Amino acid sequence: MKSLQEEKEVLLQESGILTAKLQRRSFLQYAGAGVAGVALIAAGCKKDKSTPGLDTGVDLGTGDIGILNYAYALEQLEGAFYDAVVKSPYANIPANELALLTDIRDHELAHREFFKKALDTSAIVGLQVDFSSINFADRTSVLNAAKGFEDLGVSAYNGAGKLIKTLKYLEVAGKIVSVEARHAALIRDLISNGSFADNTAVDANGLDGALTPIQVLTKAKVFLKTAINASNLPTS
Amino acid sequence: MNIINILEEIEKVDGEVYERLNPRRAAMKSFYGFGSKVVLAALPMALGSMFKKAYGQTTTSVIDVLNFALTLEYIEYNFYQTGINTAGLIPAGTPAVAAIANIRDHELAHVNLLKGAITASGGTPVSYTAASFDFTAKGNFPTVFSDYPTFLAVAQVFEDTGVRAYKGQAGNLMSSPSVLQTALQIHSVEARHASHIRQMRKAPAGGGVTALKPWITGANDSGVAAAAASYAGEDNVTQLGINIPGLGFSVNASTEAFDEPLTMPQVLSIASLFIK
Repeated sequence: MKSLQEEKEVLLQESGILTAKLQRRSFLQYAGAGVAGVALIAAGCKKDKSTPGLDTGVDLGTGDIGILNYAYALEQLEGAFYDAVVKSPYANIPANELALLTDIRDHELAHREFFKKALDTSAIVGLQVDFSSINFADRTSVLNAAKGFEDLGVSAYNGAGKLIKTLKYLEVAGKIVSVEARHAALIRDLISNGSFADNTAVDANGLDGALTPIQVLTKAKVFLKTAINASNLPTS
Repeated sequence: MNIINILEEIEKVDGEVYERLNPRRAAMKSFYGFGSKVVLAALPMALGSMFKKAYGQTTTSVIDVLNFALTLEYIEYNFYQTGINTAGLIPAGTPAVAAIANIRDHELAHVNLLKGAITASGGTPVSYTAASFDFTAKGNFPTVFSDYPTFLAVAQVFEDTGVRAYKGQAGNLMSSPSVLQTALQIHSVEARHASHIRQMRKAPAGGGVTALKPWITGANDSGVAAAAASYAGEDNVTQLGINIPGLGFSVNASTEAFDEPLTMPQVLSIASLFIK
């Protein structure tokens, strides 16, 4: 059906199309161009997955359910963290600080229980956490861990939005991510007033972070005893 | 070669490909029918023509959303810039100076980013200057640039409204994954601003609104009656049909844990108060 030379060209085009990360606009030009068909067809044949360290364990699942379970896993982690913080606060914690951290604990637990209920029989199991790297008696250790969780949570939801196919799930993710960003800003201000959106959180274009599920889980799994299988999550 | 795989690949850059191929069944039917009649070499041409039809006029709504966002960013940028330019408004020698400058810089970056994105998409960006705006909101806030607590109160309303405005447009950007992600990345920055402005208002110099939290509690916690429209619906406690207090949480925590969207008409109605 095709000469060897043609096959070779197709392969070259294939690697190009997959590494170049098509933007929608360029795709529109592409689709209209006609000549692009061969490369598109080649791209259509390609399937590859690579999730080192995140390919065995509790399976988050596929599609929107997978993304919701991914969010549920992160909320479990955050909820367990703040639960531990509030149950045995660091020494001499000011009352207003404890009140704020208690509010955040309640929000994260509400997110967790919401996802559990929404996912129903599709929900993953409760995850075992490992907070051995955090010194809960020390304010700096606790707030730095909190900052890490909140900034990571914001980047996680920001990166997951485009992976969601169902409008109502995207909307609910949007409702949660801005609350995580409010938390992140507050925690940062508790560490150093004015650092709510400094250049370690927001880039020169005024944009917050956005990370893929694999990038996020690679960071988050340090705090998890339970192994996670994220290899079936959508990647685009 | 598998047509479904191809469509999946396209779906990765355009989540609404199936809707575009509307009516889907008819498009697929004509494609398969066509494919059986033409030689394989002509397949790319057939695909191209099918997609060209499907993608005829689809960029308008995304550009509309971007121009809507740009309008809000112009309002915010000019608001902070005017505040910074007003001698004696922001207490000199306090952290407020750097905080407001940081927020102003972000709003300007958003203006420039959105202008660039609209132009690159073949659209025409809306254009405003400081003279375009009336930050007293037609007399609602006559001391907005002479009374620091009022300045911060209006700032809070802008930031919380901005968060709600971006949130309300997420669905309209599902067809453009990269634009959606960028909008989300702006959205969370606005929420960071809102969180900090709310903390600033708690301080004595900022008005001493001690009951205020970095997150939104109930329907209008701003203490500004005129801002009711910016907080309408924030007291919602039901998400995806699930009653959050029913899961064992207080009503306050249930409203705080989820920020709510505003529609474009709701936001434009609020914004129109500030545009001359």
